[in-house]
Amino acid sequence: MNFETTIGLEVHIELKTNSKMYSPSPVNYGAEPNTNTNVIDWGYPGTLPTLNKGAYTLGMMVATALHADIARDTHFDRKNYFYPDNPKAYQITQYEQPLGKDGYIEVQVDGHTKKIGIAELHVEEDAGKNTHGSDGYSYVDLNRQGTALIEIVSKPDMSTPEEAYAYLETLRQIVQFTGASDVKMEEGSMRVDTNISVRPIGAKQYGIKSELKNLNSFNHVRLGLAYEIKRQSQLLIAGETIRPETRRFDEKTGETFLMRVKTGADDYRYFPEPDLPPLHIGDDWLQTVQDNLPEMPAKRRARYVDQLGLPEYDAGVLTNTKEMSDFFEAAVADGAAPKQVSNWLMGEVNAYLNDQQIDLQETALTPAHLAQMINLIKDGVISSKIAKKVFQEIIQNDTDPKAWVEAKGMVQLSDPAKLTPIITGILDDNQQSIDDFKNGKDRAVGFLVGKIMKETRGQANPKVVNDLLMAELNKR
Amino acid sequence: MNYLYEDLQSIHAKLVAGDLSATQLVTETLAEIEKKEPQVDAFLTIDEAGAQAAAAQVDAKPIATDNLLAGMPIGIKDNLLTDGVTTTAASKMLANFKPVFDATVVEKLKAKDAIMIGKNNLDEFAMGSSTETSAFKKTKNPWNLDKVPGGSSGGSAAAVAAGEVVASLGTDTGGSIRQPAAFNGIVGIKPTYGRVSRWGAIAFASSLDQVGVFSRTVADNATVLQAISGHDEKDSTSADIPVPDFRAALDGNIKGMKIAVAKEYMAEGVAPGVKAQIETAIDTLRSLGATVDEVSLPNSKYAVQIYYIIASSEASSNLSRFDGIRYGYRSPEAKTLEDVYVKSRSEGFGHEVKRRIMLGTFALSSGFYDAYFKKAGQVRTLVIRDFEKVFADYDLVVGPTTPTTAFDLGRKVTDPVTMYMNDILTIPANMAGLPAMSVPAGLVDGLPVGLQIIGKAFDEEAVYRVGYAFEQATGFSKNVPSFKGGKA
Repeated sequence: MNFETTIGLEVHIELKTNSKMYSPSPVNYGAEPNTNTNVIDWGYPGTLPTLNKGAYTLGMMVATALHADIARDTHFDRKNYFYPDNPKAYQITQYEQPLGKDGYIEVQVDGHTKKIGIAELHVEEDAGKNTHGSDGYSYVDLNRQGTALIEIVSKPDMSTPEEAYAYLETLRQIVQFTGASDVKMEEGSMRVDTNISVRPIGAKQYGIKSELKNLNSFNHVRLGLAYEIKRQSQLLIAGETIRPETRRFDEKTGETFLMRVKTGADDYRYFPEPDLPPLHIGDDWLQTVQDNLPEMPAKRRARYVDQLGLPEYDAGVLTNTKEMSDFFEAAVADGAAPKQVSNWLMGEVNAYLNDQQIDLQETALTPAHLAQMINLIKDGVISSKIAKKVFQEIIQNDTDPKAWVEAKGMVQLSDPAKLTPIITGILDDNQQSIDDFKNGKDRAVGFLVGKIMKETRGQANPKVVNDLLMAELNKR
Repeated sequence: MNYLYEDLQSIHAKLVAGDLSATQLVTETLAEIEKKEPQVDAFLTIDEAGAQAAAAQVDAKPIATDNLLAGMPIGIKDNLLTDGVTTTAASKMLANFKPVFDATVVEKLKAKDAIMIGKNNLDEFAMGSSTETSAFKKTKNPWNLDKVPGGSSGGSAAAVAAGEVVASLGTDTGGSIRQPAAFNGIVGIKPTYGRVSRWGAIAFASSLDQVGVFSRTVADNATVLQAISGHDEKDSTSADIPVPDFRAALDGNIKGMKIAVAKEYMAEGVAPGVKAQIETAIDTLRSLGATVDEVSLPNSKYAVQIYYIIASSEASSNLSRFDGIRYGYRSPEAKTLEDVYVKSRSEGFGHEVKRRIMLGTFALSSGFYDAYFKKAGQVRTLVIRDFEKVFADYDLVVGPTTPTTAFDLGRKVTDPVTMYMNDILTIPANMAGLPAMSVPAGLVDGLPVGLQIIGKAFDEEAVYRVGYAFEQATGFSKNVPSFKGGKA
């Protein structure tokens, strides 16, 4: 029996805001428990929500970047359920009329482009966090309570774990480019729930789906889905029925384990939030969002290839994050050759970032300094060898490369007027080498260059030295 | 008689003249409350120390001649948060709940140097029409201590009628200010939805709740409403529009005003005595120069039914936060999380509250939502359209506030449907978010009757204008209760 797989993803992304979705409490990661809270976040009697319009704007940017239709008239809804991390016992979300509908993402899988639909996107508030202490008590931290989220629900358009992986990578990249979120899985600013079902090829109805939780990286998503395909297929082959289950991915074994079997649909008793008036998105608001939407990675990649002459590979790496891409563009704007900037970013810069485990913006490197350094090499002011020292300096300190190499005496000696006397002097002292050269022994040139470099303490420009040396040799 | 049967203007004059200090006024008020509370039971908490401290502060500086509220003791319904002063919503759930902030209306009164004297009894979480569902005490009607004061703001109304305070705040979700105002022979306004901030008002039904004012006179009512009105950034449903000078409308001139009487409000359910008083009132309005015509509000007959769906649905969600986790009552028997929820809520809430939570939970449930909550919303739109049609041609709608005068204590609390029908005339204004006021319209068998005046949205001025002219023409506001009956 052959099977086909249907995968749908629900992604929660924390919007990058200073304050919460419906309360003025500050938002920052890693604060002391319950310090970033106020009476609204406590679900205190008599409190009322107010909409963070900035958060809604960020949501609209994401929706626009994902080609979704933005609802011009919408409202908020309450989703009712009891849990200690949910202090009002309802979450304010958008149920009837989500922020955006019918978007899509184009992903590359195995060299093919595939369009994956986005069913809808809506904004909502995050819940707090429960932790269970070893002292027999459970603890509730409401810092995260009320944090602005956007939930992005894909259509069930994916059929392999690789497509799911590509969808998540592309989604992360797009959202990151909008600036709406840090989209960091490790800090929980991007969270993924997956729905997966398997059915015999040709079956009219989808199979019974299971939901995977505890997916802390895109790779875990891929592994978890692959495991589920195997598990569900084996069950079907064995003639067993698949139950609707919520399963937990175990990163140590790469397997998924049953958390609970779903019995009937939860009844959240959604109804329109009466404490927030209906929201109308006027033309001006929508226009502002469209005007402020940064260029998306796919468009940038195409531009890098078509206009800047970069290889596809370079364009892909450079647009992996907006920071890298913006940095690249700024350095090019500062006059450095695109391919040289690309080489440095993909090579030395990425190596440094990986080594230090930091982000580009955490270094002291500026596009202007990198561009200047690249041009110093191009103009023969420094050698590639010296450049590596310069690079270490400018990525660690806010140092002007030109001033630094001059102060350190690292500038290359390229002036023929200064080099020629040195060369002639060395030739005068090494008649044997001249004879060797005349007799066709090329090694003699290397020996002479070495002498010259030693004499100039390595500062001579090798290319200029070579040219002058050959000219002098031929004269003799 | 004491100062407190006088109006704000006259007490204010004494304060300005130095014939009376705020401290004396507060002391007198506390003495009056102590004397009358055994009969009336209008207060759940008296903030004696807080009131005296506030009075001392008022006395420390000259009284501004244009601030009628300086030094005035005001009663606050106990579902409005008062910083550091126990706020219970008359529920065991919040028996020991001391809020950490003031409701916006309380903050605004304090900013005017008014003095928060205590917290008034109410039906638990404002759910009821007699104040009998309070978990703590039963408030009596000062006109006849064997009668209910109405509800849910029964304590706020009885405290004003009994002369314990000059004015008080209440909340009105389906008539909870106007009905007790009528039963107690005083003035009570539910302003336009959005006129007053709900921040700090413990929510019952968010789309209907509105804070309002009780007083003995229309002028006093306008003064207090002026102080608590206006946009509040903390309440997104509060309207960002200017607040007019309500007292400027009180010139007694209603000549040429077009008033409508809804025939549905004078139908058979209205007691003959009440109907007769209202007909007399209508004649009075005509004699003052207004034109009065009969109109129809055909969908008003559904108002009670849709009210109990919408209000209960919203309440079922609003009251879910009382879960025994962060504040309020937690069952000592609770061992597990499920226990904390089930036992705390079962023990902390009273019967009427539980009845409405169950009703609302049902109406919102999957499979029933369309037939109940959604349908109720559609009918609500029809009720709103009825008013829009009438208000295209008329300035105001008038009629009785309640079908009957105050009923006996204990009579209806066991029969919820009969109790619910008592709100049939007040609910439509909540459904449409309109300003509505009850003003005294005389007595029937020694019990007060209220004339309800419903205005266009944000036109409290017209409501006050007619209410004032009627009050001045009739003098019904000068009636004082007799405190008859009771256990004595």
